[in-house]
Amino acid sequence: MDVKIAFQPSMRTESMPASAGKYAIEARNLTVYYHDRPAVRDINLAIERQRITAIIGPSGCGKSTLLRAFNRMNDLIPCARVEGEVLFEGINIYDPAVDPVLVRRRIGMVFQRPNPFPKSIYENVAWGARINGYRGNMDELVERALRQAALWDEVKDKLHQSALSLSGGQQQRLCIARAIAIKPEIILMDEPASALDPIATLKIEELMIDLAEQYTIIIVTHNMQQAARVSHYTAFLMVDENRVGYLVEYGPTAQIFTNPRDKRTEDYITGRFG
Amino acid sequence: MAHLSSSPTFAKQDFAEELSRRHRTARTMAVIFQASTIVGIIVLLTLMYNIINSSFGLVAWQYRVPPETLAAGAPLEELPREELLRILEERVSANVLRRLDREKPLTARSEQELYALVMERVVQPKIVKTWSLVDSIFRRQEIIQEVARDYPDAYLRFRSWLNARFLTSPQSSRPELAGVRTAILGSLWTVLITIIFAFPLGVGAAIYLEEYASDNWLNRIIQTNINNLAGVPSIIYGMLGLAIFVRAMEPITSGIWFGAAEPATANGRTVLSAGLTLGLLVLPLIIINAQEAIRAVPNSLRQASYGLGATKWQTIWYHVLPNALPGILTGTILSISRAIGETAPLVVVGASTFITIDPSGPFSKFTTLPIQIYQWTSRPQDEFRNLAAAASIVLMILLLSLNASAVLLRQRARRRIRG
Ligand SMILES: Nc1ncnc2c1ncn2[C@@H]1O[C@H](COP(=O)(O)OP(=O)(O)OP(=O)(O)O)[C@@H](O)[C@H]1O
Ligand SMILES: [Mg+2]
Repeated sequence: MDVKIAFQPSMRTESMPASAGKYAIEARNLTVYYHDRPAVRDINLAIERQRITAIIGPSGCGKSTLLRAFNRMNDLIPCARVEGEVLFEGINIYDPAVDPVLVRRRIGMVFQRPNPFPKSIYENVAWGARINGYRGNMDELVERALRQAALWDEVKDKLHQSALSLSGGQQQRLCIARAIAIKPEIILMDEPASALDPIATLKIEELMIDLAEQYTIIIVTHNMQQAARVSHYTAFLMVDENRVGYLVEYGPTAQIFTNPRDKRTEDYITGRFG
Repeated sequence: MAHLSSSPTFAKQDFAEELSRRHRTARTMAVIFQASTIVGIIVLLTLMYNIINSSFGLVAWQYRVPPETLAAGAPLEELPREELLRILEERVSANVLRRLDREKPLTARSEQELYALVMERVVQPKIVKTWSLVDSIFRRQEIIQEVARDYPDAYLRFRSWLNARFLTSPQSSRPELAGVRTAILGSLWTVLITIIFAFPLGVGAAIYLEEYASDNWLNRIIQTNINNLAGVPSIIYGMLGLAIFVRAMEPITSGIWFGAAEPATANGRTVLSAGLTLGLLVLPLIIINAQEAIRAVPNSLRQASYGLGATKWQTIWYHVLPNALPGILTGTILSISRAIGETAPLVVVGASTFITIDPSGPFSKFTTLPIQIYQWTSRPQDEFRNLAAAASIVLMILLLSLNASAVLLRQRARRRIRG
């Protein structure tokens, strides 16, 4: 089978293909190296569809590294190397025949610091869709994405002003709008609210819960309450004595937070360590 | 600092001492910085004084034939054509007249043209002595006396060496007729070739080195070499240009291959060779500046672009380059300014010492402003130094307007990004 064909956006259907497997995306024996030194090792993680999965763990345990592995953003780091598999719609995205550009069109990303393009608000949302070959009504698409990102009312009168004139929280929601404008299946978020104040954070969290009706969301967070509030599933990572990250426990958020199976998880969640 | 740590309690008096010491340091530094600024300004003012002082001033003219004697007191400029023709026929030898007539029939020439001919062939104004601006203002009486004594039939006039005629006349061996048109056009043609050659190549190389090249020993050697090339003396580039463009690539640079060689030239010492040589000279500067500009584009922007499924080229074209453009333009214009002022490499490549024909394309012979200035300063007659000063002003205005256009371009590019 020609895997490149399988990733053509034009072949995407709105409803989930039944044949694509049970999970949205699945890491199998995933190890990521920087300069031939593993940062995370042997990760096995199956992400549920249309759910929010939180990745938590102490700083430096490889949460961002793992998240980037889900849409091949690690490819942009010259010294990074990935072993193992990440299955998306039944295809290993690290297969040499797979084009990482097409992977990223299906699996979007929102970064820790808001990074809108230094262009107009409109252009920020429209650009990604345009380079993805969107030929429909652009105004409609921009409005829909901004509405979904709960930003429309705040910016509808200044769509052609610079995105840099927005507040940090608005910029972050713009980045989310930009990501959903290209209609990905999965949205990866790396501490999307860590640079924001509590009110803006709350807005982003509500937004995530709304978006989870349509999208699969994986979020990295340092904030235990946030993970407990928004996520359906939680993955807890830790570092071993060689400072290599590994997966300690993964399960429904309620269970992880109230009845962790692993002692280390309990210690971390109750703040006894890390 | 040691003094603070030795006393664990911040006694009020310690604090005051520390503060006054810091203020003293700050004041000393401020004075030093001010002094260096003032030295810079003084040097600049001296330079300006020097140039302006020789660009304007009194001039003693002598006519071979005083114009009043030609038309019984009537001003020469107002004479009708017939009168001017009559004067020419009376005063110019038949041989010369016949030659002039062959160039363009005298009867077909306009009044101005005839007037110019009369001035050139009959009146023949000649500058016998020049004075600087400062002397002209403060020693006016002495000068008048001196002229009356030494050149009894000379006229004293105030002359701006920088004037419209100077800008529009070609080179001439007579200082009162010489101008810089040929040199200005030569400079513009040369720098045009330089830009066309060096800008795309330099920006392309910078993109490659910053965005594509992996960090291996080969690329590190290339990078080091480029950095070193930026410091190579320009005369070396001249020799390189002579060997490559003038000699080895002569069929191309002379235009023979394209059937476009100018019969008067037909060798490699052309605008094209000069432009390419200067292009080589500024290439490393453009590359390094463009690299800086590209490196200054925040990585978060690239990630945002890739995160939306953009290809490498889309990321570079839509985000990296537009954001780096102001910096790239600044660097390029600075390099171009350097190219316009270069003299040594062009002497080696073979700028013409004396041409009166305007360059008309890449395969023309050429001279440039700095070379013209250099040649004029090395002439023994005083008048040529005045010309050199006036040409320096032209060169500086050219550079300033280039820099101004760079600032404008940069501002526009910035506004587009923020917009
Ligand atoms: N670009 C890189 N080059 C080399 N090493 C890296 C790079 N990025 C991360 N690492 C290393 O990989 C390990 C995991 O980093 P990562 O950023 O994934 O941790 P994290 O869990 O996201 O931490 P934090 O919570 O502080 O963001 C760290 O030891 C880090 O030093
Ligand atoms: Mg991180």
